[in-house]
Order: sequence, then structure tokens, then C-alpha cells
Amino acid sequence: MRNLSRLLIIGMVLGLAACTNTGGYDDANSVDLNNSGAGLVSDQTSPAYFQQAIGDRVLFLVDQATLTDTARAVLDAQAGWLSLNTDYQAIIEGHADEQGTREYNLALGARRADAAREYLISRGVAGNRVKVVSYGKERPLEICSDESCYSQNRRAVTVLSGGLTG
Amino acid sequence: MVRLVAGLVAGLVGLVLIPAMVFAQSEPLRIEITDGVIEPMPFAVPDFVAGGGAAAVELSKQLARVVASDLSGTGLFREIPASAYISKVTDFSAPVQFADWKAINAQALVVGEASVSGKRLTVKFRIYDVFSGAELGTGLQFVGSSDGWRRMGHKVADVIYSRITGEGGYFDSRVVFMSETGPKNDRRKRLAIMDYDGAGVQYLTDSSAIVLAPRFSPNGDRVLYTSYETGFPRIYVLDVGKVKRRVLEHQDATMSFAPRFSPDGRTVVFSLYQGGNTDIYTLPVSGGKSKRLTSAPSIETAPSYSPDGQQIVFESDRSGTQQLYIMGASGGEARRISFGKGRYGTPVWSPRGDMIAFTKQSKGRFHIGVMRVDGSQERLLTASFLDEGPTWSPNGRVIMFTRETQGAKGRASLYSVDISGRNLRPVRTPDGASDPAWSPLQK
Repeated sequence: MRNLSRLLIIGMVLGLAACTNTGGYDDANSVDLNNSGAGLVSDQTSPAYFQQAIGDRVLFLVDQATLTDTARAVLDAQAGWLSLNTDYQAIIEGHADEQGTREYNLALGARRADAAREYLISRGVAGNRVKVVSYGKERPLEICSDESCYSQNRRAVTVLSGGLTG
Repeated sequence: MVRLVAGLVAGLVGLVLIPAMVFAQSEPLRIEITDGVIEPMPFAVPDFVAGGGAAAVELSKQLARVVASDLSGTGLFREIPASAYISKVTDFSAPVQFADWKAINAQALVVGEASVSGKRLTVKFRIYDVFSGAELGTGLQFVGSSDGWRRMGHKVADVIYSRITGEGGYFDSRVVFMSETGPKNDRRKRLAIMDYDGAGVQYLTDSSAIVLAPRFSPNGDRVLYTSYETGFPRIYVLDVGKVKRRVLEHQDATMSFAPRFSPDGRTVVFSLYQGGNTDIYTLPVSGGKSKRLTSAPSIETAPSYSPDGQQIVFESDRSGTQQLYIMGASGGEARRISFGKGRYGTPVWSPRGDMIAFTKQSKGRFHIGVMRVDGSQERLLTASFLDEGPTWSPNGRVIMFTRETQGAKGRASLYSVDISGRNLRPVRTPDGASDPAWSPLQK
């Protein structure tokens, strides 16, 4: 199932000329294509568009939960999309790299997810549409032990739910 | 002795003293556990004598192996191999040929006998101080179910360890941990329990949800842990005997994690994330309202009670980096105890009450360390790419922790180290392993 989702998304990414997001899906919690209909990237109302074209994630500096300018730009676009596509709810998943103790990283991931959530709210998204969860260092995307991987793992990923089902 | 007798349970139905044979008393066999370099004490544990019953033939050998492995594993003792023996022990009651054991430099000699009748195993043993030609203490006898033979071996070793070092033992104990399989980006974790030495692994959950950081209750009958089975981290309490669990804490729009029992087993202290901030709370295990102990805008987590239940050590980044603090058990003003360079986390109060074990990050390395409760005498015991999450042995002499190796093929496993920093050794588990929590001595 997961591999199938991945293949489908990769296929869609390849078909898109300008993609702003290289790792544009969350391995553990991607929108289930069968159930929520991620749709085509070319469809601006689709979760696929949200993931791939807008970018579903923001990255953080070491041991920081402060939003960078790049992160704010991505969240501005996410807020814009969410205000147009009001059928969707979001869970923001906060993550940390492996360089930290387990409990602290859970709290740090929560802080990152919360920073993203607060920003979306400040841009007009209703607070009751956005939940947060932290995975700490439990769900890395990249598995090497240097900064090239760590920088991708220190992330807050906005995962959509709801929308048109069936 | 009273302690042992009082402490017997199900598997072990009885213990009696065997009348001592008469020997001249002299200076007792003794290891003083200090921080200095020590020479391990040479000892011999010949196969126990098979006293009766077909099953006793094999068990008498296995029991001696468990005892020898426990003692050698401390780093304080060195076993003399059977190939060096001059004497054979074929009769538990026969006089010991001290000259033969002296000749191979065995300072301590353990002689035992195992007999099986139906499902009932009887283990007798005596400890001899070879050089003074005297018995150390009095012979003992354990009676119990033969299924519990490994525990009997551990109990024998605990008595030997106690008599020779003067400290409580730790061999008849268990460890809960996360058993891990799969690569780093698809790691599967199951809650598991085993004997302290890695034997007898049993799984308590499946790997369908992320599970983290189990912690024993003060008498070892229950385990607290964190699970994502609802999609959000929540604290569960599991009855180890029945493998039954229930969610302990559940509020919408929150996450709860890092639980530990109070020393009386009635209260859980934990971290709760709510409204953008992680603070420390307590909750009665039987249910009821949670109580907030900290209210700083910083991260407060990893709380651990003092053995008297009066204080809580925890980590906070209120100063800008992770540091260790101690506060009263109902909250209030906290005092910082860690001041070295680097970040300090996962503090755990020692069972003796005098020390705090912690994880330290400094210059890109991780360490397990100990310090006194006032923060003095900090000592780092290990160094690696990633060491974390110390847990104390029941006697406060040994620390077990998680070590994860570097890189794409990185794997977590368990290690133990003496609080002197000596005797770093892996704890063998069938798969990867993390987040160990050591039980109290079993009763």
C-alpha cells in the first residue's frame, strides 16, 4: 500500500515541470490515495497539489523551533490553500533529528509543530482545523548520520485529512 | 536472611538454612567495591551435584552456569575454567579438598546440589573461602518450581554477591525495553520483557503502533509506557502478569509521555504537551485529576522521583539548553544541579538516593554519567555516537542504557556499565533494543 502510494506520487511528480518540494510526501502518514483522493497535482484543489506544489513541510535549524523566512513563505501558501479548501483539516507532525534524547525530542517536535500551527492561525486558518502531534526522533525520513539528512528530518509536515471522500 | 525468606513468591516456595559444618573462622572473603582498579576475584563453580530426579542431571549443570555467568558479568569476579580443576565435587556433604582449590588459586568456591521431584526443584549451596578453609555464611536451600530454575540460579548468585561484597544483589531482576526491527526509516518497536541478562524475552505489545520508554512500578508488577495507538502519544499502564493494559491519561489536543511511578506506586509523574508547551504533571494511578507541577514556557520533561518520594529531578531548557533541576514532589521552586558544558537530559534518581544518572551531549558525543544529588562529582561513564536513557540496577551499582550506532545502518542495542565506569558490556537481545528499564529485585 505504502509503496503503491509512493509510486503514484513519484509518477505525478515526474509529470510536473516545476516542483518546489523534493521530498513531497510523508512516508508514515501520507494522505491515503484510495480513501481521501489525493488527486492530481495539476488539480489545485487536490491534496497532491498541496503536498507537491505548495509544499507540505517546513524545516528547522538545530534545536530550534523558530520559523525561517522560507518556512513562513511555505506556511503562507499552506494557509492560502486551507482557506480556499475548507473541507480539509490538518494535523501538523513535528519531528526532530536523532541528535537528542528521546523525551526532549518529543517536546521539541511538539514545539515545532506548534510554531507552524500558530503561524497558520495567524494567517486566518481556524484553530479547530489544525491539530499537532510530535514524533520526536521516531520517524526520520533520511537515515544517514550527518547534517544533509538531519536537516531534512527536522521538520513539521502538514498532513491533510477530510476533504471529498469516496 | 529474613529479607529473603519474606520475599519468596510463587515460583520459589521456600528457603531454609542448612546447618553449617564446623570450620575455623578467619578473615572473611571480601570484595570492597571502590572506584579504584580492582583485580577480579578468582572463583570456581563446579557443576552442581545432581541430587535426584532425571531432570536434575541437566539442571545441576545449567544452574552452575547461571551462577558463574552472573558473577563473572559483574567484572568483580573471574571464573576459573573447569579444565583447571584438580578436585571433582561429587557429594554436596563431603569435606572440601581445600588444597586442590588453593592450588588453582580459587579464592571462592561454590558447591551446590540440585534435585528434582515432579515439578519441584530443590537447590542447596554453600560458599567457601578457600584460603581460610572456612564456609562463608551458612548453607542455603531454595525450593521451587523447576520451571523457575534460572531464577533460582540468579538467587544463589545474589546471595554469593551479597556475602562477598556486602552489597545487595541484582541478578534476580528483569528489564522491560523496546525490541526493535527494521531500518531507521521504518523501525518497528515492540514492548518486551526479559531477565536482566537477556534471557527469556517475551513480547508485551505488537508493533502496530509506536511504543516508547517503558518504566516499572516499584514492585515490578506494572509497566508504564507511551503508545501512539490513537495516533497521539498517550500513557498506558500494563499489568505484566496478565498482559492487560489501559490508557492512563487522555485529554484532547494534548500529548502525554515520559511517565514514571512514584516510589509508593500510587502516582505517575509525566510530561504533558498542551497549548504549545510541555510541562510536568502528576496523576493518581487509580484515576482522578492531574496536577500541574511546572508552568514555565520552556520544555520540562523526563521527571524521576527520589526514592523517598519527596523530590523530583527533571530536565528543562529554561536556561536556554537542557539542564537538570530538582523540585519538591508537589512542584514549586526548582534548583538547577547541572552546570557543566553541554546538554543534560533523562535524569534518573538512584535507588540509594545519593546519585543522579543522566545523558549528556557534548561536542557531538553522547555520554552516560552520574553526579551527586547536589550536582557535584559529575563523572562520565561512557562516550559514543549516541548513548542515552540510563536505568539503575536494583542495588544502584550498575547502569543499563541504549547505545545506537551511526549511519544509515545504525542499530540500537543495550549496554550496561558499572557506576565506577568499569565493565562496559553489551546485553544480548534477539533483535535491536532500546529504552531499558530495570525492575526491582524480584521477591
